[in-house]
Amino acid sequence: MSNSDTIVEVRDLNVTFEMNRGQSRVVRDADLDVARNETLGIIGESGSGKSMLASSFLNAVVEPGVSTGEVTYHPDDGEPVSVLDLSESELNRFRWEEIAMVFQGAMSSFNPVTTIRTHFRETLQDHNRDIPAGMDRARELLESVYLDPDRILDSYAHELSGGMKQRALIALSLVLEPDVLVLDEPTAALDLLMQRSIVTLLRDLQAEYDLTLVFITHDLPLLTKLADRIAVMYAFNIVEIGTTDDLLYNASHPYTRALLDTTPDLNVPVEEMNIIEGSKPDPVDHIPGCSYHPRCPMADERCRSDDPPMMTVSNSHESACFYYDEADDAVTISAAPETRPASGQSAATDGGEN
Amino acid sequence: MASDPMLSMDGVSVEFTDDGGVLDLFGDSETVRAVNDVSLELGEEETLTLIGESGCGKSTLGKTAIGAQKPTSGTVSYRGQDIWEARNDSKNASIPFDEIRHSLQIIHQDPGSALNPNQRILTSLQLPLKKWYPELGREEREERIHTLFERVGMSPPSDYLNRYPHQLSGGETQRAVLVRALLLNPDLILADEAISALDVSLRVEMMDLMLELQDLFQTSYLFISHDLSNARYIAEKSGGRIAVMYLGEIVEIGTVEEIVENPQHPYTKALQWATANLYEDEDDEEFPLRKIDVPDPTNLPSGCSFHPRCPNAREVCKRQHPGRIHAGGDEENYARCFRADDTHEYWHSPEIADEPPVDSP
Ligand code: SF4
Ligand code: SF4
Repeated sequence: MSNSDTIVEVRDLNVTFEMNRGQSRVVRDADLDVARNETLGIIGESGSGKSMLASSFLNAVVEPGVSTGEVTYHPDDGEPVSVLDLSESELNRFRWEEIAMVFQGAMSSFNPVTTIRTHFRETLQDHNRDIPAGMDRARELLESVYLDPDRILDSYAHELSGGMKQRALIALSLVLEPDVLVLDEPTAALDLLMQRSIVTLLRDLQAEYDLTLVFITHDLPLLTKLADRIAVMYAFNIVEIGTTDDLLYNASHPYTRALLDTTPDLNVPVEEMNIIEGSKPDPVDHIPGCSYHPRCPMADERCRSDDPPMMTVSNSHESACFYYDEADDAVTISAAPETRPASGQSAATDGGEN
Repeated sequence: MASDPMLSMDGVSVEFTDDGGVLDLFGDSETVRAVNDVSLELGEEETLTLIGESGCGKSTLGKTAIGAQKPTSGTVSYRGQDIWEARNDSKNASIPFDEIRHSLQIIHQDPGSALNPNQRILTSLQLPLKKWYPELGREEREERIHTLFERVGMSPPSDYLNRYPHQLSGGETQRAVLVRALLLNPDLILADEAISALDVSLRVEMMDLMLELQDLFQTSYLFISHDLSNARYIAEKSGGRIAVMYLGEIVEIGTVEEIVENPQHPYTKALQWATANLYEDEDDEEFPLRKIDVPDPTNLPSGCSFHPRCPNAREVCKRQHPGRIHAGGDEENYARCFRADDTHEYWHSPEIADEPPVDSP
């Protein structure tokens, strides 16, 4: 992926918080390339650092958190932008017009005393956009998220269901035509049916508006229906990254495999459902060697002392495990079919034999 | 029938009148029928899982089942005793209302809300024991609590019991609240989205624990979930049934095989689509709904309530309300959809002309 057209490039990213108990490092030396027009999923448990990593794309880590390292945005045309060096006013423009973000708590980000129309209008005004043209775009966006513009624009947020609000917010986040949309657990508070519906319409939005999507979640099955590629975070860094099929059918990090195995699946007999043993790492701890070694069934001396670098599994697929090519035997996945389906994207095909 | 079932609900409906409170989503004061003509029975050590989208009435039905919500019509009985009669006419009740309420316990979606943030866990857990078992001494109370904490894997108990709620993780809080409910040795525990707030990796663990304790305490469970995969896990492991609710009604109820493997109702199928699987998912691309949003509950659609969203709706569905159709030949399990009846006029009814898939608030 590294040679393809990269839109966001992250190098040596660290996010730290000073706490009474010591320095909390919630992202550690992360590297990541997001390709233009892809849908990249970032998966991890709560506290794995996934939200902090994604917030750094817009330099939106909240105080007193500090992001260091490099986040470079490569616009379609024009000079690369060093995101972590932008001033407040530059950021304000950047966050709507280049990379927009919708996050979980965002449903409360509508002002309760103004209509949805006012939100669109003020956003356009603040950024000196042509209002009639912008409102036309707003209506078009609302329709793309299955909302009736005539009714929605005159509503107040509290008159809308959670699913409607979240869709209205997605439409609002796109009104200034950003190229990248970062969604942090955007559907987590919603019913599964609404979650899946939103994921389905995001796929359409992505194609319709040539977006690059970065979708952060702890819901792996949902993510596989949307993402072209998936990055797996464990203990504050990415431990595996590859296409959705790479991860589903050839997961090469013991953590990813354990995650796949412990994901409830309607096709798996109940007796075969498992849990990952051990507890989550503490962001204050320094873990020597591989961060997964305390929970890894394959860990040996080397893992306890050396930190595994990203190893190349295939040209689309990397894993931070010394023994990536043995992981499949060491950690089995109950739901996985014997063979990888012959072609394409799992999100776009029926995943194999029945 | 040999004896009265532990819990039975007969023709239960619950209506709320919107007075500008919680239901002020849709403006004017209107009546919402949150639960509509539900009949159910639950035996000893039986598990029933209710699933459906938010607002479908599953929480209201759950609360009604444990006597925390009075039905507008219909009856809820505990071992043959009408719960609300026991409450209103305590002299003639064969089982006192207090005893009924304490046999029917609840674990909330937000487990922390059951624990006083300013009290140590031990103090919070002693309260119900003091109230219901006043004859117990302090030591006995503590011993019961300690034993249960050991049992749910919170060991050594004193470590946890001396903490305040905010010093427990989500999973630990959930366990503490489970212990709190079990201390009263209830016949039924209503678990309202009790595991939804946990990380996926912790959910299976929590469900396993609850089912293990079911054997030990011989409790029945009424699980409420919006997640078919959790429902299926619980139902399959416990041998219980799954009931699917939509706009106040049970639209399909059956065993795991019936609901998960071979759902009859298009809404159950939509829920299945929503429960994404990692592997071997079919029909990924198709929206199994004509509309994304649930209609206004104060103004229920005519005929089958699901018809505006149903991909299989036909003209007859706009007019007729489907009754309980027992396709599997079983008396208790049914689907409220004409498609479950091979001979229904549905099959000759014209399809509904397409409407735009947009919704209005
Ligand atoms: S490097 Fe070692 S400890 Fe880390 S994941 Fe691989 S085998 Fe496990
Ligand atoms: S009765 Fe008609 S509208 Fe209702 S679920 Fe069945 S097919 Fe759909």
